[in-house]
Amino acid sequence: MTVLCLIETDAGGGGVDASMRALAVARGLAGSADEELAAAWFGPAEAVSPGELAAAGVGRAWAIGSAELSGYAPLAWARALAGLAADPVTGSAADPAAGPLGGSGWISAIVAAATDHGNEVLAHLGAITGLPMAANCVSAARIAPGKCRLVRQRWAGSLIEDAVLAAPVALLTVAADAVPADAVLADAVLAEVRPAAAGEPAGGGGDAEVSVEVYQPELADGDLTVLAAESADRRSGVSLASARVVVGGGRGVGGPDGFAVLEELAGLLGGVVGVSRVVTSEGWRPHRQQVGQTGTKITPELYLACGISGAIQHMAGCQGAKTIVAINTDSGAPIVTKADYAVIGDLHEVLPALVEAIKARRP
Amino acid sequence: MEICVCVKRVPMVGGAIMVTPDGLEVDTTMSGFTVSPHEECAVEEAVQVAERLGGSVTVLTLGPPEAAGQLRDMLALGASRGILLQTDGAEWGPMATADAIAEAVGGGSVTYDLLLFGNEAADTGGYQVPVRVAHLLGLPCVTGIKGLEVVPAGDRPERILASREYRGTEEVFDLPLPAVVSVKEGINLPRYPSLPGRLRAKRATIETIEPSWEPDGLRKERLRVPAGAGKKAQVLGAGTEAVPALVSLLDELGMLS
Ligand SMILES: Cc1cc2nc3c(=O)[nH]c(=O)nc-3n(C[C@H](O)[C@H](O)[C@H](O)COP(=O)(O)OP(=O)(O)OC[C@H]3O[C@@H](n4cnc5c(N)ncnc54)[C@H](O)[C@@H]3O)c2cc1C
Ligand SMILES: Nc1ncnc2c1ncn2[C@@H]1O[C@H](COP(=O)(O)O)[C@@H](O)[C@H]1O
Repeated sequence: MTVLCLIETDAGGGGVDASMRALAVARGLAGSADEELAAAWFGPAEAVSPGELAAAGVGRAWAIGSAELSGYAPLAWARALAGLAADPVTGSAADPAAGPLGGSGWISAIVAAATDHGNEVLAHLGAITGLPMAANCVSAARIAPGKCRLVRQRWAGSLIEDAVLAAPVALLTVAADAVPADAVLADAVLAEVRPAAAGEPAGGGGDAEVSVEVYQPELADGDLTVLAAESADRRSGVSLASARVVVGGGRGVGGPDGFAVLEELAGLLGGVVGVSRVVTSEGWRPHRQQVGQTGTKITPELYLACGISGAIQHMAGCQGAKTIVAINTDSGAPIVTKADYAVIGDLHEVLPALVEAIKARRP
Repeated sequence: MEICVCVKRVPMVGGAIMVTPDGLEVDTTMSGFTVSPHEECAVEEAVQVAERLGGSVTVLTLGPPEAAGQLRDMLALGASRGILLQTDGAEWGPMATADAIAEAVGGGSVTYDLLLFGNEAADTGGYQVPVRVAHLLGLPCVTGIKGLEVVPAGDRPERILASREYRGTEEVFDLPLPAVVSVKEGINLPRYPSLPGRLRAKRATIETIEPSWEPDGLRKERLRVPAGAGKKAQVLGAGTEAVPALVSLLDELGMLS
């Protein structure tokens, strides 16, 4: 049996962080029952290097594509995954009466990152196949054929649920903060990962043994009705969800003008600004910068939370940060019991001094 | 334009979230109930569209008899009709919920132009009821939307342009109506209920249906509060005096190279 993981690919090559974390959870699930781990993505075979796949423990991989399927189309993506899971060669279910995926029985689970795309595609897959779908899992293990034990997030991660999923094929999405970024590799030895050289033929990744096959899905009428058109003029560079450094600002910033110093600091650290809900509902900053339960979930190396109290709904969005540093005038603020480090002080004094100190170190 | 918005009654979570001693529910002895902010925005969006283009807004919920309270809250915001799919309070799975909603909004022949949902329920976070409803009704669907524009053809709404930002790029979806769309907070700023709105909501009749259901394959065993809360940050110092320590920390973390 095989656990199949959907990889979202980055324009610059390779799988996006959220997908590599999903792959780590998928690997845990496969390992719990001695099953194979496979990966699939939409796009050209070269989009993910065999070296990257091998390092993550993947044994087989498929690049899914066809002339009609160029952009993101949720239902078409789900249809393609269903076809691949039914039969990777023909896409046709061996015996549609025998089960949701034709009873071909080679796939035990399909896993994706709990992103807008991952959740949407797996929900469609659940609807097409009549299978249940469990979103925002943090770990999964097989306890019997057709049965998995899951740990998943509720309330955006403010609460954890232990659950059992009974389904012939488990459909799971993996929370962005399910695993620390450094637990993504199968052998955990980062130094040994050798990125595949450019132009290396798919399937011949040096000492990596992953062969990438091409899968051409057969789509049904209407699968491409809903298709994403991308407006390139609205590209905003580094995205909050994948930023390495986030400088957070809350009510304590005081107003829209107070964000200039946060922007400057974020720029110096190669990061982006994130904000609390108070800031977006006051209209100081756009909602796409909001971190939290109803905003974006972030997983940076460093989250510098300035003038943010640390409400449970805010922490739900940043608990996946590797290190949290709080700057707050109130030593009794909840964030101080949730951060790793704190500076007790006025952000309007501390941040400008910090910016000057960092600039002074640089030539 | 006829719009139906689905909302779910959930506990109002304040400073902390607590679990009942049996580990199966959120402890609500000290809290009220509400709907998710995403759903409140869905209602606001529906009311704005109806105000602009004419038509009316129905709100629908599946939940215990008390969920009528959440319907009235939404009626106070400008919806004009409320439908309660009444349960005994047990937690329905997303598949059963979608079945009951699809049945209630018209079975095979939907009478609404647009079905709006929240992106995910605040409590269970299933991320799937809208998509399952769309499949049951044979309608196009998109989720996580933060911008909505109705495109009319003559005096009929014909299509919608739905947009969202995904990994730094704006994605735009063009859907023929009728359609299913789930939205996220940020699409608008919901209004506060007006006094006349509240009075109207109080008097409104709520249609009640009692659907039946079967559990789906995902079974909850236990809820718990994640570990790790309650640690204490290492204080680097007070005010600008802490800056050198902060700089060394950033350096140690590899942020200054
Ligand atoms: C259903 C629901 C969903 C929600 N979703 C989100 C969400 O996604 N994201 C989110 O952020 N919130 C969310 N909230 C809101 C959340 O509960 C809090 O209200 C919000 O996070 C508080 O924002 P804040 O920390 O900026 O403001 P406050 O709680 O007012 O805190 C301001 C902090 O700044 C400090 N401060 C003030 N002045 C200064 C200064 N000069 N220098 C340094 N520190 C200073 C104060 O000591 C205080 O700790 C949600 C709430 C609900 C009910
Ligand atoms: N019990 C319910 N009653 C009405 N609508 C619901 C219910 N459960 C879920 N929904 C709708 O479906 C959306 C997504 O829910 P879910 O798939 O459970 O995360 C919610 O935001 C609601 O709009």
